[in-house]
Amino acid sequence: MTASFGPLASRRLFIKGAGLVALIGLGNAVLHAPPVLAASNDNKYPDDAFRQKNATDAVKALYGRDHEASDKIKLDAPEIAENGGVVPIAVTTTLPNVTSIAFIVAENPNALAASYKIPEGTVPAVANRLKMAKTSNVIALVESGGKLYSATKEVKVTVGGCGG
Amino acid sequence: MASSIRVRAILNGEIAEVQTLIQHPMDTGLVKDAKGELIPAHYIQQLTFTHKDKTVFLADWGTAVSKDPYVKFAFKGAAKGDELKVSWVDNTGATDSLTATIQ
Repeated sequence: MTASFGPLASRRLFIKGAGLVALIGLGNAVLHAPPVLAASNDNKYPDDAFRQKNATDAVKALYGRDHEASDKIKLDAPEIAENGGVVPIAVTTTLPNVTSIAFIVAENPNALAASYKIPEGTVPAVANRLKMAKTSNVIALVESGGKLYSATKEVKVTVGGCGG
Repeated sequence: MASSIRVRAILNGEIAEVQTLIQHPMDTGLVKDAKGELIPAHYIQQLTFTHKDKTVFLADWGTAVSKDPYVKFAFKGAAKGDELKVSWVDNTGATDSLTATIQ
């Protein structure tokens, strides 16, 4: 220990135990920084986006940009959902270079429902089942070539899905 | 215990179609139980599909994904007999994984 902290030896008189712990902790943080950074760019869970109440804030938190409607996105959702707890929703798109697809249920307590990363080689199409609290617009977002496109459809809900 | 994950991955031409069903309560944290007490949030946050060390699909989920979630996607570059690893982690830190064979 003494050898590796050689230049700091005199300062260690002041630092003592607690300071050493902090130093070691700092060393660890520096060592581990690169992988943590890489993860946040790619596959980190977007906590903040899922916490947003309304659709606009959720889109901003997830993508940080506006979306424009596109007729190249096909959003498949029922006109009327009898059970808001299980609403089958699917999206396919003919847009090129798709990197992610997300679903927003505008009137839910938290608007963002699901977000999917689409790596190269994966078909830009996703089907899933979502909960809907009440009648709402469902927005499918497709990130394509660095731009954000969307398709919107209203789904009428007769029994809400957030009441159990 | 049986796995919480059920996967069907079928090769159709050059595209592998993957359907997944997971057993999970997906509690939102907004629903009360019979005693009027809130059921704490308990939901899957990330679901990852890996083929030959490459992530081919990554789902980030909120509480609005239905109980016992279902998801379907498709990807290119797989062959019959290849392994597809599926794993999830929820907001309590619980995880499960399964390795399926592409048929």
